[in-house]
Amino acid sequence: MSSFRLDAGGLVNRSDALSFSFDGKSFTGFSGDTLASALLANDQMLVGRSFKYHRPRGVVTAGSAEPNALVTVGAGARAEPNARATMVELHSGLSAVSQNRFPSLKHDFGAVNGLLSPFLGAGFYYKTFMWPKPFWEKVYEPLIRRAAGLGKVTLAADPDRYEKSWAHCDLLVVGGGPAGLMAALAAARAGARVILADEGFRFGGSMLSETVTIGGLPAQDFVRQTIEELATLANVTLMPRTTVFGWYDDMVFGAVERVQKHVSQPSADLPMERLWRIVARRAILSSGAEERPLVFGGNDRPGVMTANAARTYLNRYGVAVGSRVAVFTNGGSGYRTASDLVARGIEVTAIVDARQTAQDTVPDGVRVIRNGSIISTKGRHRLSGIITARSGFEEVISCDALAMSGGWSPIVHLMCQRGAKPVWSDEAQGFMAPDVGAGFVAAGSAAGVERLSDCLRDGAAKGAASAAALGFAPYDVNTPDVEGEYDPSFAPLWYVPGARDKAFVDFQNDVAVSDLGLSQREGFSHIEHTKRYTTAGMATDQGKLGNVATIGIVAGMRGVSPAEIGTTTFRPFYTPVSFGALAGAERAEHLRPVRTSPLHGWAKKNGASFVESGLWYRSAWFVRAGETGWRESVDREVRAVREAVGICDVSTLGKIEIFGSGAAEFLNRIYSNSFLKLPVGKARYGLMLREDGMVSDDGTTSRLSDSHYVMTTTTAYAGEVLAHMEFAAQTFWPDLDVRFVSTSDQWAQMSIAGPKARVVLSRIVEDDISAQALPLLGARTVTLKGGLQARLFRISFSGELAFELAVPAGYGESVADALMDAGRDAGITAYGVEALNVLRIEKGFVTHSELDGRTTADDVGLGRMMAMQKPDFIGKRLSTRFGLTAADRLQLVGLKPVEIDKEFKAGAHLLKENATPSMANDQGFVSSVCHSPTLGHCIGLAMLKSGRERLGERIHVWDGLRGTDVVAEVCSPVFVDPDATRLHL
Amino acid sequence: MASLITCPHCGVRPKEEFSIRGAAGPVRPSPSARQEVWHAYAYVRDNPKGRYQEYWHHAGGCRRWLVVDRDNVTHAVFAVIDATEWHKTAGSRI
Ligand SMILES: [Zn+2]
Repeated sequence: MSSFRLDAGGLVNRSDALSFSFDGKSFTGFSGDTLASALLANDQMLVGRSFKYHRPRGVVTAGSAEPNALVTVGAGARAEPNARATMVELHSGLSAVSQNRFPSLKHDFGAVNGLLSPFLGAGFYYKTFMWPKPFWEKVYEPLIRRAAGLGKVTLAADPDRYEKSWAHCDLLVVGGGPAGLMAALAAARAGARVILADEGFRFGGSMLSETVTIGGLPAQDFVRQTIEELATLANVTLMPRTTVFGWYDDMVFGAVERVQKHVSQPSADLPMERLWRIVARRAILSSGAEERPLVFGGNDRPGVMTANAARTYLNRYGVAVGSRVAVFTNGGSGYRTASDLVARGIEVTAIVDARQTAQDTVPDGVRVIRNGSIISTKGRHRLSGIITARSGFEEVISCDALAMSGGWSPIVHLMCQRGAKPVWSDEAQGFMAPDVGAGFVAAGSAAGVERLSDCLRDGAAKGAASAAALGFAPYDVNTPDVEGEYDPSFAPLWYVPGARDKAFVDFQNDVAVSDLGLSQREGFSHIEHTKRYTTAGMATDQGKLGNVATIGIVAGMRGVSPAEIGTTTFRPFYTPVSFGALAGAERAEHLRPVRTSPLHGWAKKNGASFVESGLWYRSAWFVRAGETGWRESVDREVRAVREAVGICDVSTLGKIEIFGSGAAEFLNRIYSNSFLKLPVGKARYGLMLREDGMVSDDGTTSRLSDSHYVMTTTTAYAGEVLAHMEFAAQTFWPDLDVRFVSTSDQWAQMSIAGPKARVVLSRIVEDDISAQALPLLGARTVTLKGGLQARLFRISFSGELAFELAVPAGYGESVADALMDAGRDAGITAYGVEALNVLRIEKGFVTHSELDGRTTADDVGLGRMMAMQKPDFIGKRLSTRFGLTAADRLQLVGLKPVEIDKEFKAGAHLLKENATPSMANDQGFVSSVCHSPTLGHCIGLAMLKSGRERLGERIHVWDGLRGTDVVAEVCSPVFVDPDATRLHL
Repeated sequence: MASLITCPHCGVRPKEEFSIRGAAGPVRPSPSARQEVWHAYAYVRDNPKGRYQEYWHHAGGCRRWLVVDRDNVTHAVFAVIDATEWHKTAGSRI
């Protein structure tokens, strides 16, 4: 293994050696390296296999546009697929593995795809694997999934934390290269609050890769000095390792900061990544320009990379990309790379210039082939030579790396994410940033500026102008002089003719020029169609390198200007963002918080099993020793309520306090029944409708004083009811004096139900709670023994004598404990929502199983609650329309099996005798079912056509899902105590 | 859609704090209005492209209902007004 690391130079710390592994093999790099530079230093040019043909691929860039060097970094739960080796900061112990190869990178079975490549052109999968149909799922798709693809995602839970944050500034500068640094400096010196973000771990951009002198200092020293000054300014925030990935409305930018992706031992006190939303008054896009690869035969051989990348590895990392390097160029960048290589003693075997003439400086002793082209390349896992052609003569030139330059494309993505399209420039032969207004402008090479000195000047001017526009006093920034810069201009060259091997436009998706031709011939000529048909510009790099060439080549094929072809649509994200960062802290219980009642602890110690109800955990039933199934517990709980006394946690019901002199009138309009004359100290059951006349929610509301009410809602609708009342108060009746506050979390509420409820309750309540003092639907404040103030309501959802006792949440558990003690001799029994449900079905009380948004008050037998004499209430006017009063509407009935041991389930449909199951014959459906321990058989509530006229009729309860058909008798929905005598005990 | 909404009570806040109900144009008819009028109010909505007035609830803030006057094409927000205030002058707007 030979080393390509130079003895000196670059921004790596040679005294800080870092060991890392690639495909299980140990290597050494230095701090300051990327994984790519360290691999290249160790002669590891082959880094991956291509997506479709499994061709060997090497590093092509030194930045975030890298299409080939995608590796899986880390192991176990921290394994991250598709990391760009060019962006991964080297750290001690880093482990990386190559992707899309089997069994190994050097020996890959899938490479046979390469031999079949003439048959694997664009659209191949769509055309070939269409038939026979079942084969797609069973044969083709698994095969393709195995053969083609990128890295594999781990299925283990992410062990790291992520967080989200907001930042605010006067000026956001995106990209810390020549223009960005000067823009930040100019605006900061003027006094603006500046955020300077860069996706890399070191600011400086192209200046880190160039050998020029800036302001009398070597470029790398000039960068250091500038960053030092920015770091001392209190109004500047430097954000390295931060990719600004999106531009959103109202000048909000999305950015992801890789906080500790680069450390060997992540701290548990820091997030792995941080997602920023940056609100900027103004912004400057100084993201630079991307060097275009040239499209020629065999251009994907490992060792072929951009000239800028070769120069970056040389000057920034002290790594030679080869020992004998050839150059293929159509502009100044290739020559500059050749000069820098020669200056460091590396042989340059030839400069192949596609142009006829050029003014660029040729390093001494280097051969230049003008008007030349490359038609093929040689070598297997690394380039060994190129075949050039000029005037019909071919020549093999030996080399182990090729630096190519096809010109430059401004990086304008961010400015195109909100609908504006980049603008083609004939002069610059590239797509330029669109005009999106003065608030967000491009600067430097992102704005099409070519020379380094001009980029510095442009950045300073635009930074100063932004600050001035924001009202800061102008500050003159002296732009430093640049010595030794080169002219990066170029002649357009989209495609090098005469290719002997595949000429790739999109390395990551294995899209070759021939695929673009096929898509044009087959009618997929619109650039968006070309993209979908060939997959050019898709996947993780989104065509950062290849898109412009794709457009140029398609333009050439169609004989039009690239301006006419246009670009595909730019959308966030600029580069891939991890799901972890997007989720932030909102995962597991932080996304879906667990709501527990103040009586949760009480329920738990009494043996409760819990059921999720929205975010709530409600006690479903309470197991006692010896009970073998949930039904046994529920039956016992129901019997206890009917025969003795039970206690149930009803704290999850929505509780809204209503205040104001207009509260009575407001409730009268919000509920369908009358509330105007509800006396102080009384509760009333209320029905809320939607404006279309359907029932929306029900609950009780109690009047505690003239202008103070407390409303309960169902658990699920607490939030909606509050928002609905706020809406009505603010937009329908703003003149009513009424205010609301949710107190759902402030009160622990328990229902004490059963014939012995009063006896037990009176043992802990000071006040007189006799039937005279607290009649049915009484509601008042009471004092508990010990002095605690509580609210007591005589309301029942079981049909038994019942009370609801509300105490401040913190006292809930001790009050429930006291009740359990007080009721022990009476047989007090904790019961859960299952028993609650049985108790209410036995009484024919409706819940949202019946009130499903399609039922009127009359449908569920509550027609008497429509106070039509009131001038107005929500839902009144439309409740009388045709259809809502039709005689054949579904109406609430009870159902009991004719053969008493038979059972049916909710969701079953109702059919007449001998009717075939069909929508036309459908008579209704079963909404709620339970086993009634009181009656000893299955009972149900159902919605049946004209149901109330059909009591006594036999009907089929047909359940197509479960394959059952049970004959039932239609009956009253009130199965237990139809005269409600027990309620009045 | 806008990223930031300037609540008249709370100031500039992220849109995630709000929930949206729909068109603010339709006004609840008088109880005695014809049923066709009520039907239109309950069911019939325009689907305009461009400028649009919409109810937003500052559910994660002051809990006031607001009317956001915005352009659903350009995403420009022209005004955010408390719904009660907006209704006081609604007659002159629609
Ligand atoms: Zn607000």
